[in-house]
Amino acid sequence: MKNKKLWKYFFIIPVIIYVILLIALPLIYILIISFFQSDYYGGMISTFTLQNYIDIFDQVYINVFLKSIFVAGVTTLICILISYPFVLAISHKKPATQKILMTLVMVPFLTNSLIRMYGWLVLLRKSGVINQVLLGVGVIQEPLSLMYNMFGILIGMVYTLLPFMVLPLYSSVSTVDPQLLEAANDLGASKIKTFFKIILPQTLPGLFNGSLMVFTPALGYFFIVDILGGGKIMILGNLIKNQFLTARNWPFGAAISIVLVLITSLVIFAYRKLGGKMEDLGGA
Amino acid sequence: MSKIVLKIDHLRRSFGDKEVIKDFDLEVYEGEFLTLLGSSGCGKTTILRAIAGLDSVTEGHIYIDGKDVTSLDPKFREVNTIFQNYALFPLMTVEENIAFGLKMKKVDQQEIKKRVQEMLTLVHLEGYEKRKPRELSGGEQQRVSIARALINNPKVLLLDEPLSALDQKLRTKMQLELKGLQRKLGITFVYVTHSQDEALTMSDRIVLLKDGKIEQADTPIKIYEHPNSLYTAQFLGDSNLFQGVVTKVDVKYAWVKLEDAMFKVFSNQLQVDMPVDVIIRPENIKLSLKKKSDSVFEGKIVDSIYDGASTQLIIRTGQREIRAMLFGNDKEYVKGQEIFVTWDIEDVILFKRDTDEK
Amino acid sequence: MKKAVENIYLVLIFLFLFLPIAVLILFSFNTSSLNIVFEGFTVHWYKDLLQNRTLLEALFNTLIVAGVSTIVSTIIGTISAYGLHKYSFPGKNVVNELLYIPVVIPEIVLGISLLSVYTLLKLELGMVTLILSHICFCIPFVIISVRSVLEGVDPHIEEVANDLGASKFQIFTKIVIPMLMPGILSGAQLALTLSLDDVVISYFTAGPGSNTLPLQVYSMIKTGITPDVNALITIMLGVVFVLLMVSTVVQLRRIKKEAIS
Repeated sequence: MKNKKLWKYFFIIPVIIYVILLIALPLIYILIISFFQSDYYGGMISTFTLQNYIDIFDQVYINVFLKSIFVAGVTTLICILISYPFVLAISHKKPATQKILMTLVMVPFLTNSLIRMYGWLVLLRKSGVINQVLLGVGVIQEPLSLMYNMFGILIGMVYTLLPFMVLPLYSSVSTVDPQLLEAANDLGASKIKTFFKIILPQTLPGLFNGSLMVFTPALGYFFIVDILGGGKIMILGNLIKNQFLTARNWPFGAAISIVLVLITSLVIFAYRKLGGKMEDLGGA
Repeated sequence: MSKIVLKIDHLRRSFGDKEVIKDFDLEVYEGEFLTLLGSSGCGKTTILRAIAGLDSVTEGHIYIDGKDVTSLDPKFREVNTIFQNYALFPLMTVEENIAFGLKMKKVDQQEIKKRVQEMLTLVHLEGYEKRKPRELSGGEQQRVSIARALINNPKVLLLDEPLSALDQKLRTKMQLELKGLQRKLGITFVYVTHSQDEALTMSDRIVLLKDGKIEQADTPIKIYEHPNSLYTAQFLGDSNLFQGVVTKVDVKYAWVKLEDAMFKVFSNQLQVDMPVDVIIRPENIKLSLKKKSDSVFEGKIVDSIYDGASTQLIIRTGQREIRAMLFGNDKEYVKGQEIFVTWDIEDVILFKRDTDEK
Repeated sequence: MKKAVENIYLVLIFLFLFLPIAVLILFSFNTSSLNIVFEGFTVHWYKDLLQNRTLLEALFNTLIVAGVSTIVSTIIGTISAYGLHKYSFPGKNVVNELLYIPVVIPEIVLGISLLSVYTLLKLELGMVTLILSHICFCIPFVIISVRSVLEGVDPHIEEVANDLGASKFQIFTKIVIPMLMPGILSGAQLALTLSLDDVVISYFTAGPGSNTLPLQVYSMIKTGITPDVNALITIMLGVVFVLLMVSTVVQLRRIKKEAIS
């Protein structure tokens, strides 16, 4: 009997310790210090204040929020637009080919994402490969500004987050009954009609899953904005990073993080309301 | 009388504040085929799991071969269990599956090999040694699970609805095989099922459970022909139920009145105005084309189902439907035929109705 | 016609996916030290790489962090998935909900909260905090992966093993672990990938002595990257690619084998 108890503890104690120490404690601590005061020398004064949250409503920070949501939203949209034709095209291949192509999709993502951003830097900068090629061919006379602007940021975001849309959409699309598509074809439904009447409704779970897994990380990927945005544009990730490492105003950084958590929770709430299951997330 | 191999003494089991088993006593004899029969939720599986040691008991004791095993881990109990979905180890071959119990007991390799072969012969699976469970049919998988249990020479073999995942034809075949195996080896079987057919064909003794208590425990013939409650009568076999009131009693007979008919029964201990439930088995229903002196109902055949060996007839009389069964196929009784219904007084199964209960 | 359009589209997308990597590989063989124009073929950057201590140390750190956090999170994740599946305890629902936080929360929030707690606990930033952080975000993925396999396992199998004389320890090691192996392996693969790919959380939780390759590249972007970095990336990509192909071939074989039987 005693052994039975010990055995049970062996299996549940680690996860309990893990959840408390590495998930709950850090988040609760961030919540607490978001109500502290900064002493402007990198330290914190532990008196309760709402000032950090009030400060967020400064026009400068509101703009950062709006820009972040814009970047994340447009990234999600582009990922959806790219992924649908992509996974549909793949799903028309033979099973073995499908398996190989989906593995190939994953190959670039086995190099670190920052290193891949460096690859884009080499491609996109003024003296970069793309401009060199275009100048060499004579398509353009002046090098194009492909980065250090919103275009560069969106390329980086879409590139980094695309597989998080492709994977759930692919597994969703592979559950659509091919006979249904054939039937629709036989009945003379147009491609567009078939997509909106059959494919889209049946792949909604994958679409929601993918959107969640693209939208929320996009709010925080400061290094993409750093490398390809050139410091002119700022998203929430950069703001938080600066507050913690440069300005050393931890309470304010914590307050912004809490707001970011709230935005994420809202997105997850919507995902669940739309019938999404938590266990489908992260199962790539 | 032979030796008691399994004894359950005042067993109680609660889940939360719900008592699933209420003061359950049972003695099982060596070599007996005992069936725990009941509808789902009656507690039959709970009892089986308590015997196996897979669930703990709230109160009471379990003895195997005279030894109190109530708090003993399953691995030390000399009983083995067979489950509905076979629960074969999916990654092991047939051979490894069967050998598992002996391996755990650290029996010598040569001995294990020999015994596995014996078992494979016993369940007619020679040549299947190297197959994996997913390469076997349902029936074959169940045989492997039986061999895997029997190789340990259990004092009692516990079977939890072992045939319910099989189709009807295979199920009938496996019923005979199991019964044959049990006779041949002389091992005590405790068999859990919700199917009255299985219980009636295979058992030496049936224990009918209702709400965690024994409703009746008897041989199949006794429990079928002399049920001691309406519940038992209706659970085992088909039946026609007539609810009526005693209107007249003399020394030998009493008369039961229904809304639309009246018939005679033996009068033992019946009194006038007593409400009673009367059960007549379909095979005891007697039909005639002409009215006889003892005819009870007059009706019309509305349906006739012929299944080769017998014909089931549905007779409608007023609001009532009566089921009758004829052996073979009698050309006279066809759909639409007007007919008279009666039965022998010996075939009446009668219960005094406790008016408080319903 | 339709097929052709589809194939062209696929090629374009794969071009998009592989372009930034192809360009890095290409420049690892470039005679010029600037990653701008390809001037001629050389392998001299690969020789240079062997002399670059900072870079080799960053590589070493990356591999240690990825290796240790993959092994630890796979072990803890497997044990936890089993525990959460089999046992009930007060607060289990809360634990289950909290487990999804590292999966869905923006990494930066996890990064700064871990940084804050390490500071609170006076843990000096370095390999230990870095590994701890990687374990933190890998465990839930292992749990999810193992749990999906566990859900398809007949619960009677463990009871049968117990019934046939196996102890709890034997059941876990001889029956449960082999059955869960597909989930454990894909969980481990996921953990390894996530650890190697991570930038954000490492950025906040690494210390002076624990620079990993991506962090090293990040700081070099501002000062200029030498092609020996490209050489290193090329080698790593080659190794990963071979491993992935082997695993895909193994999987394809299994699919075919199952299709036959």
